[in-house]
Amino acid sequence: MTPVATPFFFYLLSGIMLIGGILVITRKNAVHSALALIGTLLAQAGLYLMLYAPFVAGVQIILYAGGIMVLFLFVIMLVSIERTMKERQFNRQWLVGIVAASVLGGLFITVYTKGKDIFPMRALPAVEAQNTQNVGDLLYGQYMFSFEIASLLLLVAIIGAVVMAKKRI
Amino acid sequence: MNEVIQYIKSYLDSDRTPGSAGNMFWAFVYIVLIFLGLSVAVIAMNWLERKILAHMQVRLGPMRVGPHGLLQPIADALKLLLKEDIMPAEADGFVFWVAPLLVVLAAFTVFIVVPFGPTHAVTDMNIGVLFMLGVSSLSVLGIVMAGWASNSHYPLIGALRSSAQMVSYEVAMGLAVVSVILMTSLNDAGTGTLSMIGIVQAQLAQQEWFVFKFFPLGLIGFFIFAVAMVAETNRAPFDLPEAESELTAGFHTEYSGFRWSLFFLAEYSAMIAVSSIAVTLWLGGWLRPFPNLLHGSTWELVFSLFPGISFLLLAAMCFYNTARMPKHPFFRIQTIGLGAFGALLGLIGLILFIPAVSVRVGDIYWFSIKVAAFMYLYIWYRGTFPRYRFDQLMKVGWKILLPMGLGLLILTAGVGLRIELWAQFLEMWHRL
Amino acid sequence: MDAMLHISTLHYLVLGAALFLLGVIGVLTRRNVVIVLMSIELILNAVNLNLVAFSRLWGGLHGQVFAIFVITDAAAEAAVGLGILIAFFRNKETINVDEVNLLKW
Repeated sequence: MTPVATPFFFYLLSGIMLIGGILVITRKNAVHSALALIGTLLAQAGLYLMLYAPFVAGVQIILYAGGIMVLFLFVIMLVSIERTMKERQFNRQWLVGIVAASVLGGLFITVYTKGKDIFPMRALPAVEAQNTQNVGDLLYGQYMFSFEIASLLLLVAIIGAVVMAKKRI
Repeated sequence: MNEVIQYIKSYLDSDRTPGSAGNMFWAFVYIVLIFLGLSVAVIAMNWLERKILAHMQVRLGPMRVGPHGLLQPIADALKLLLKEDIMPAEADGFVFWVAPLLVVLAAFTVFIVVPFGPTHAVTDMNIGVLFMLGVSSLSVLGIVMAGWASNSHYPLIGALRSSAQMVSYEVAMGLAVVSVILMTSLNDAGTGTLSMIGIVQAQLAQQEWFVFKFFPLGLIGFFIFAVAMVAETNRAPFDLPEAESELTAGFHTEYSGFRWSLFFLAEYSAMIAVSSIAVTLWLGGWLRPFPNLLHGSTWELVFSLFPGISFLLLAAMCFYNTARMPKHPFFRIQTIGLGAFGALLGLIGLILFIPAVSVRVGDIYWFSIKVAAFMYLYIWYRGTFPRYRFDQLMKVGWKILLPMGLGLLILTAGVGLRIELWAQFLEMWHRL
Repeated sequence: MDAMLHISTLHYLVLGAALFLLGVIGVLTRRNVVIVLMSIELILNAVNLNLVAFSRLWGGLHGQVFAIFVITDAAAEAAVGLGILIAFFRNKETINVDEVNLLKW
């Protein structure tokens, strides 16, 4: 597949992601935050496609945007939020939080400006036709043990969620 | 200027879809064609549903608006566009506005990968099936948002029920689809494919529609998918969340006018989308019946006459009904209209006999005929089956279809592996 | 300008870092538990973006496989976290992080 207009799509999708991220953490209404997060996740799937990872993009759309966000919206609808919308939405130590985050941001900037020479600027071949098969080979070959543990983890999570949300054990 | 014309014409000699060839102009043309075709199909579905349901219930259906009600969908569309747009008080304005948009977007984006022919898709993503399943699961989000934003309890319960139903049957659909992907890997290289065009080409190479493969495993997979897709699109007999006698139209109760027509459009487009998945995966996509068994130029000629003959049949039915119209001056305009419609259909049929047209349109015709058969099945289900209660619905989805899907997956893998192991064993035997 | 037009791995890393920061700010400053959980999802997505970008840089697919595992774990964690939230909400009728202080009864 010949890539077309890569910088335009990168900046468009990253703009959507950043605006969505800012909306997630600043909206008072939890449903609006969830919608912004859905936009961010879909834009991220687009970025995965640009990074020649179509299988991860498909998994992101199915699991994250179509599964986890539905779960979030269900819970937001079940938990009554009209009362919470009238309360204060940022907690008392918001200043400390912002300072801590900006220290972390400074750390990131330092690392990326000092270390940007370690990334080789080479153009990699666009191998996409075999992506799903190769991911499958890795998943069921080298990472078989992690795969089984992940399925066990999902089973434990299902049982845990059901037990937590039941009215009477 | 010459290069532009060269660029535009470069698609006509290529053997790939416009997206794979990187030709944006033709991709855009295909998108416009799909959009127009979908609109015509939804309008036709509206009329067909009312007429066929009526005839199943021994009545006539719409007869007044045009000849035999042919202009009824257009009248409905006009009415919906002119209706007042009501938003309930205290409803969340932004979410109320975005919800039908999201559902329509999810329903239409699926058609990017639907293959109407070996090069007649907008693009051929190599995760085609995964993309279709994922994007059709985004419509659940739109429904949940629509129910919540209406700020009224009927839509809320309807949205919760509808989304729970859709999420449950997506699992069964996914398992049936995975069993088909296993069948595509039974070639020499041992690699299957997720791309829709690749799946149909695998059926062509293995000379068997996947619905008949490993009998009865393909049939069971097809059955699971056929039931799950009816539940996925909230159609009868699984339409409890939007039935009028149960929940006063469920999640789209508070929507009126143009917004309701967006939900309607999205529902019928989703029906056509999941039917095209079923046709591509099990029924051989755009392949005509017996492409390998009955090959040769005479059989090709015979099968290429089918599109024209079917349109001429429709035209003949129109002319027959024109002759049966009452001979009263009241009905003069309707008689003339029906005759003109019949003449139009006959003209299209005659155009489809021209070899240059029929060789390009053949694939699209066979695909559309199979999808039209599924649409008839949808209407037939609606006229025949009583509605499932919600707990029965969830029981069918989780306790019946899901174990069937899992068992089908294991059996398909076992049978496919046995054939490969048997082939390797025979090869070793012959080498000894 | 040329550095901005040619998209390299560094662009993706900076984007991932920005998303990570937004998620951290969300976790540290919001009172609504659901929004805190959504900010955690933002953090996990930023990590995924880094993983896939590095997988593209170095050619192997291990980063993508790891990203798939992270998405699976995020699903499990979101389910359990929301289950805990529902159980807590049923007892105390609030979804305010500041009032999750059972040790102070």
